[in-house]
Amino acid sequence: MAVGNRRRSCGFWLLAAVCALYVLFLYGPVITIFVLSFQGPEGGLTFPMRGVSLHWYRQLWAGLGVVDIGAAVRRSLALGIAVMLLTVLFSLLAGLAFRKGFKGGGALFYSSVASLVMPSIIISLGIGLQFRLFDSLIKSALERMGWTQMLEQYTTLMGLATSGLGAHLTWTLPFGMLIMFAVFNRFNPAYEEAARDLGATPWQAFRHVVLPMIAPSLVGVGMFGFTLSWDEIARSSQAIGDVNTLPLELQGLTTTVTTPAIYALGTTTTVLSLVVIFAALAAAAAMRHRALARA
Amino acid sequence: MKALKTTPAWLQALPMGAVFFLFFILPLVLVAAVSLWPQNEYALEPGFTLDNYATLFRGCLFDAGSSDLCVTAKTYLSTLKFCVLVWAITLVLGFTLAYFVAFHVPGIGAQTALFTVMTIPFWTSNVIRMISWIPLLGRNGFINQTLMDIGAIRQPIEWLLYSDFSVVLAFVHLNTTFMMVPIFNSMMKIDRALIEAADDCGASAWQTLWQVIVPLCRTGILIGSIFVVTLVMGDFVTVGVMGGQQIASVGKTIQVQTSYLQFPAAAANAVVLLAVVLLFIVALNRLVDLRREL
Repeated sequence: MAVGNRRRSCGFWLLAAVCALYVLFLYGPVITIFVLSFQGPEGGLTFPMRGVSLHWYRQLWAGLGVVDIGAAVRRSLALGIAVMLLTVLFSLLAGLAFRKGFKGGGALFYSSVASLVMPSIIISLGIGLQFRLFDSLIKSALERMGWTQMLEQYTTLMGLATSGLGAHLTWTLPFGMLIMFAVFNRFNPAYEEAARDLGATPWQAFRHVVLPMIAPSLVGVGMFGFTLSWDEIARSSQAIGDVNTLPLELQGLTTTVTTPAIYALGTTTTVLSLVVIFAALAAAAAMRHRALARA
Repeated sequence: MKALKTTPAWLQALPMGAVFFLFFILPLVLVAAVSLWPQNEYALEPGFTLDNYATLFRGCLFDAGSSDLCVTAKTYLSTLKFCVLVWAITLVLGFTLAYFVAFHVPGIGAQTALFTVMTIPFWTSNVIRMISWIPLLGRNGFINQTLMDIGAIRQPIEWLLYSDFSVVLAFVHLNTTFMMVPIFNSMMKIDRALIEAADDCGASAWQTLWQVIVPLCRTGILIGSIFVVTLVMGDFVTVGVMGGQQIASVGKTIQVQTSYLQFPAAAANAVVLLAVVLLFIVALNRLVDLRREL
């Protein structure tokens, strides 16, 4: 504040201009495709707008070529929700564990940070390899046992709920863990001690004292879990098997679809992300507000 | 309830530990192992050979006399070039933005709002954020149209899209957040009394910036740098989409080899990439204790 007030003349306005240009740089392109997605039926991928219509949304609804967008959306939604729930649960549990301290805590912390900064293509390749090796192990085991019928039916372990889920968790859990670290580093243990002094069991102290205080952060962890999974490409790319998630389909469509329908799809998925983000921010703010009002 | 009282910490950490073991540690071990297996047309067959590495570095070590670089060296140089450019730009931009929000925006409410506005795009799709540049940068895009309308150019500029320029632009667009957030975090921890002290001792704003703020942001700068460098080094999506699938990168090589089922070759490439990235992280980790800084 002190710095700001003194130099509001030139430095402040220069920095403010940089900041405003950056926000324009961030949002400008996305707003462009929002607008162009309402292009008239005659319009193309660039300006000018030839009328305003929902034509490309109808095209999207009817399907883009061979790609079943609806199925991809459902798959990505289901995966995103599963990743969100597991990220919240596992991060919370690990956060509680880190508070008490445990053998191997350092190893878990460093593997989590390593997973965060590891180039995604390496993880994706590794998981893909791993599941292929699992498959050949299972097949040879079935062969040795002589279970030919099972052998014929068996295809692969790789899939959305196995390798895909795991690949996404390696990306979302580090964020969840870092948020829990930040939360518990600032958490005042006096509240818990007070609860215990008043005769609360550890579960009651957790359920009625700790959980309400960290709930807004858990909503944040959940938002990271869902939105990061919803948009994930790099780690899924080699590790998901035959079916594709929505972002993978979208990446494929960038080279084949040359109509504004792709903008309609982009707009739709971005709007869904934004709805989740704002719902999470609003929920977290409401929880904080309520906690303050109660206190 | 009795059971919960005694829930040991290691049991609570187990689910996360299991995920990282099964989907991170084990796959990395397998990548290292498979990089030593012979290339086989149909199946992954265990074995031991250094052929994959020999192929990777063919012409790099023994052909030093010729002026042409080997493919691997060229690819790494191209990726490193993007890395250095994007790192420098995101560092300056991210630091400037964080500095403005942390020290010049008055009030915690306005700071939070501006910070949120600048981080929201991070949670939206990278591919869509890349596609959004097409109507602006394309041959008939907004920028070329505008420049032609005002008569600044006669023919559309070709290097705006599907070029090194558009790749760097997209990297900056996507990754500045990774630099800005850790630096902002460091800045918010700086005791404001230090800045007033510097001021009282007669330091100019510039001197305060360089001699007080920048040294105290070291951690944030290093964390942001690790993020940006690893993201760019391993990238194949941005280089692919924004380079029109025409520009080589280390990540793209691995992806292409994987899609042709050349797993041992892809694994050898991944090991070399991993070694380069690890060297970088170890060097940075010596400079700063990440865990203490959260």
